[in-house]
Amino acid sequence: MTLRDTTHRTRFSLLIALAVLLTIPALTGGDSFARPRSLATSEILSSPTDLAMVPVLPPAVCGVQATDVPEDGGGIISVTWEVPEDAPGTEFITGFEIFRYAPGETLALIGDVPPADREFEDGSAEDGTTYQYVVRSVSRSGFTDSEPSGPAVASAQWFARGRLPVLLVTLFFCIAVLFFVHRAKGGAELFIRKIPGLEAVDDAVGRATEMGRPVLFVPGIETVSEVGTLAALTILGHVAKRVATHGTRLLVPVADPIVMTTAQEIVRAAYAETGQLDAYDPGSVAYLTYDQFGYTAGVDGIMVRERPEAVFLLGTFYAESLILAETGHAIGAIQIAGTKETSQLPFFVAACDYTLIGEELFAASSYLSREPVMLGSLKGQDLTKMVIIYVIVLGFVVGSVGALVFPDGSSFFSRAFDALYSWFG
Amino acid sequence: MKRTVPLLITFLTGFFLIVSFFVPHEPFGQLEQRLLVWFAIVSGFAMLLGVDSLFRAHLKRIVRAREGRWHSLALLLSLVVTLAVGIIGFARFGSPFHMQSPFMFVYTYGIIPLQATMFALLAFYIASASYRAFRARNTVATLLLVSAVIVMLGRVPIGAAISQFFPVAQEWIMDVPQLAAKRGIQIGAALGAVSMSLRILLGIERSYLS
Repeated sequence: MTLRDTTHRTRFSLLIALAVLLTIPALTGGDSFARPRSLATSEILSSPTDLAMVPVLPPAVCGVQATDVPEDGGGIISVTWEVPEDAPGTEFITGFEIFRYAPGETLALIGDVPPADREFEDGSAEDGTTYQYVVRSVSRSGFTDSEPSGPAVASAQWFARGRLPVLLVTLFFCIAVLFFVHRAKGGAELFIRKIPGLEAVDDAVGRATEMGRPVLFVPGIETVSEVGTLAALTILGHVAKRVATHGTRLLVPVADPIVMTTAQEIVRAAYAETGQLDAYDPGSVAYLTYDQFGYTAGVDGIMVRERPEAVFLLGTFYAESLILAETGHAIGAIQIAGTKETSQLPFFVAACDYTLIGEELFAASSYLSREPVMLGSLKGQDLTKMVIIYVIVLGFVVGSVGALVFPDGSSFFSRAFDALYSWFG
Repeated sequence: MKRTVPLLITFLTGFFLIVSFFVPHEPFGQLEQRLLVWFAIVSGFAMLLGVDSLFRAHLKRIVRAREGRWHSLALLLSLVVTLAVGIIGFARFGSPFHMQSPFMFVYTYGIIPLQATMFALLAFYIASASYRAFRARNTVATLLLVSAVIVMLGRVPIGAAISQFFPVAQEWIMDVPQLAAKRGIQIGAALGAVSMSLRILLGIERSYLS
């Protein structure tokens, strides 16, 4: 079950945390935010008691390495180091300060990190300039500098080589889709399996018309940049056309203003396309609230008051999925739901009449339109999925044989599995 | 023309975003971050449209004395009061999120309990949905019932107290058949999402443009 983060709540928690942090030094009389400094020996050994308790200077960190961050847009050098854990004074380290110098320049402080960190990213490096770094370990008794790192030069890359497998799979996918689209345009017959949830769309609208009750369409709670919301909006166009043709009332409560304007345009265009523009009610697509549970309460209220006969729950849903679906079930509506959120699917399956599972939601617009070009893209998708399944099966066989028959890990199978894993893992 | 320009903008935006995923070098590297800022700005202005829609719908209901007008009045008053206390908080404390701000009072003692109340309803709905889903009407439903009982018992201390079988069995169910099905759905959904994005970028899918 996922709760959507709320900015307000996060800010509220941060404010509380900040208030507590600011209060602690005042209560204890300490100065926890004082910047560590190098103390004179006379300051440290101010009394015989201190003499017995004095911590030693922190140890110098070792293995300082500076390297250009790979596959980035340049300007970043990563600095790493190790701390000799057994050295005396390690436990007193309060943090690390990172200094940098270029040829002909003096040491300059560029940042500091907490004692648990062993890495720092210098985002202020200039591409092409050679830098060396010194890491200073700091404690309340003073500081110790490390040996300088080797030289490092930041540079920008034109291609993220680590993403090559993604590029190749994407290209294959694009080619497969374009191939089947081309075939569909050429008049080839493409078989698409029956999806009961989509077959029931027209029946649900028809039933609402017969009963004289409205159709409720809920396009999820995410913004229009979410692909699940886009998929829901494409189905909304189809539902709106049916509703306009039958003269049924349509209700579309939304949780995002951009989704609202998009949905309004889609519904208006559907009414216009069916020659029923006069029947279009601009208030049928209404904004409720951006708040997750406020929206849930609003939609539940609409369900109970308006008693829709058909309820469509399509798009991206989180914790509110079951609350909405159970309310729809309680009013006796025929419910068609669909989402790509795997954690919400069981709730829809339990409470709704039909559920579009994962990819079926994205296939809906192609399925409903029955346009050959759209169906072609579905076939391309299926082909890519088939290839991925073959790769998974191949990986399973090669990995299993390598582990069971040649357990020393040096066989061809083990190497082949490692290669497959590094590409697709 | 009315459709060509939006389609062209969609294609070019999508194309350059895909390029920026593979090319970290400027000017592509930070493109996504920049566009997210644009999106945030557009969303901010679009919020005004949302508030306008909300205001009109409920104001109409109040003026025409329709059923539920008192609820509409309560909603509009809440909206105005929350806005007012936010502005007061900003004026007095420099931020509506200041601990002493009246906005935070409304948020802490009004909005959070209301959200928690709605979320708490879920527990009851889970019970009613489970009751229907777990009825052993056929073989598959019986299998679901048995799996659910094992998982539920395996995840609470009483399950382990009854038998060590329950924690082990629930772990296997969650790690093997459940995860396999979940990953299958996720792979299909991811490919479906990519396929749909491709249809939109290539202008094959146009229903969102109406």
